[in-house]
Amino acid sequence: MIELIQDYWLYFLIGQYPNGPLGGLVLTLLLASCGLVLALPLGIVLGLARVSPWRWLRWPVSGFVFVVRGLPLLMVIFWAYFFLPSVTGVKTDQFATMLIALVVFDAAYLAEIVRAGIQGLPRGQMETARALGLSWSRAMRLVVLPQALRSMLPSLVNQFVSTIKETSLGYIIGLAEVSFIATQINTQVFTKPAQVFGILGLTYFILCFGLSRFAYWLERRLARRGLPVVAVTEGRAAARKASA
Amino acid sequence: MIELQNVNKWYGSYHALVDVSETIHKGEVVVVCGPSGSGKSTLIRTFNRLEAIQSGRILIEGKDIHAPGTDVNAFRSRIGFVFQQFNLFPHLTVLQNCTMAPMQLHGLSRAQAEERAMALLARVGLANKARAWPSELSGGQQQRVAIARALAMQPPVMLFDEPTSALDPEMVGEVLLVMRDLVRDGMTMVCVTHEMGFAREVADRVIFMDEGKVLERATPDDFFNRPQHPRARQFLSDIRSPFARTP
Repeated sequence: MIELIQDYWLYFLIGQYPNGPLGGLVLTLLLASCGLVLALPLGIVLGLARVSPWRWLRWPVSGFVFVVRGLPLLMVIFWAYFFLPSVTGVKTDQFATMLIALVVFDAAYLAEIVRAGIQGLPRGQMETARALGLSWSRAMRLVVLPQALRSMLPSLVNQFVSTIKETSLGYIIGLAEVSFIATQINTQVFTKPAQVFGILGLTYFILCFGLSRFAYWLERRLARRGLPVVAVTEGRAAARKASA
Repeated sequence: MIELQNVNKWYGSYHALVDVSETIHKGEVVVVCGPSGSGKSTLIRTFNRLEAIQSGRILIEGKDIHAPGTDVNAFRSRIGFVFQQFNLFPHLTVLQNCTMAPMQLHGLSRAQAEERAMALLARVGLANKARAWPSELSGGQQQRVAIARALAMQPPVMLFDEPTSALDPEMVGEVLLVMRDLVRDGMTMVCVTHEMGFAREVADRVIFMDEGKVLERATPDDFFNRPQHPRARQFLSDIRSPFARTP
C-alpha cells in the first residue's frame, strides 16, 4: 500500500504533466470548479427564464430544461464529443468537450433548483417590490433572488457534489482525470485493484464531504448574520395565522 | 385623483367586481368595508394594477393605468401600498427596506435616501430600530416600517389593504395612530379595514361592498347610524354583536 502510494502519488495527482497533458486529481478539480463556476450563472439565467413573465423566453428554455433532464449525462457527453464538432466544424479537446457537457447538464438541473427556490418564496415579496414601482428584473435582482439563493443553498451544494462525481465520466472520452488515471495505475500494478480503487473512492469522498461541510458552515453563518431562516419561517407563520 | 369608470373583473366565471364607478378626490380619506369575499381587497388592488380588470377604466391623475402600453412602474411609484402581511424584505435591515426603492427609482444617493428614511422612521416612531432586521420587530412595528417604506417614495396617495388584520389586538392601535397622523397631514387615502372606530374618526366617506358591488356610499355618521341598504345593516349588526344573529 505504502509502496503503491510512493510510486504513483504524483501520477495520481497531475497525470503525465509536465511531460504530457495535465491530468489526475488536479484536472478533476479544475474541471469540477470550472463546471461549477460556469454552470451556476447559466443555471440562474435559465431558472429566471423559467419563471419570467415572457412566454417567448419561458417556453424554449422550459423545453431545453425538460430535454436535458430527460437524458443521461453520458448521452450529453457523446453529443458534445461526436455531434458538436460535426456541426460547428471545430474539434474541441476532451477537456473542453467534457466541460461543455457538464455545464449544459448541470445548468438544466440548477435552473430547476433556482425556479423552485424563487417560487418557494412568499408571493408577497415580489408583489410588494412591484407595488413600490420596481420593474420585474429589479424586483427579482434586489428582493427575490437574494432571498431565494439563501434558501436554495442546500440543494445547490447537492448539485455541486454531483458535479464533482460526474467529472469521472470524462473517462469515457479518454480525458485523463483522476478515475482514468486510477484505471491506468491499476493496469500497471495489476495486483492491487482494491487498494487503487479504494484510494480513488476515498479521494472523491473527501472532496464531496468537504464541500458539504463547507456549505453547512456557510448556511449557519448566513443564518446568524442576515437571519433569513428565521425571517422566512416567521413570515409563513404570520401568513398561516392570517389565513386561519 | 382616482376615478373608476364601470370597472368589471372576473375570476373565471366569478364576477368579482361588478360595474364599480367611484371617484376619490385629492385629500379625501375613503374607507372601504364589507364582509370577507366582498371584493374590497380586489378593488384597491386594481388601483395600482396588482390585479387586472376586464372592462372599464381606472384613471389615476387623469391617466388610464390599465391601458396597454402604460408605464405601470412609474404609476406604481406614485401610489403607496400597504399590505395586510407587511411583507418587509427579510434580507434587508429596516433602514435598507426604506432606502432601496428611492435609491433605485428616484436616483437618490445612499446618504440622501437614508436621511429621508430616517425622518420617516422617526415619524412612525421607529428611528431607534433603523439597524434592526425585520424579524426582530413585532407585527405592529413591522407594519409601521412598511408604511414608512411606502412613504419613502413620497406618493400623493396611499392605499391600505387591511393593514391591521394580521396584527395581535394590542398592536392595532399603534398602526392606526400612524395612519391617523397621515390623514392629519392631508394624505389622500383609501383604506380597506374593519376598524370601525378608525373609519368613524378619520374617514370622509365610507364605501360598503358586497358580492363585488358597491351597495352604499355615505359619510361615516350616516353609515354607522343610519345605514340604508339591508346588507349594510346586517353587516353592522354582525360586527357589533356577533352573538345576536339567529342562525
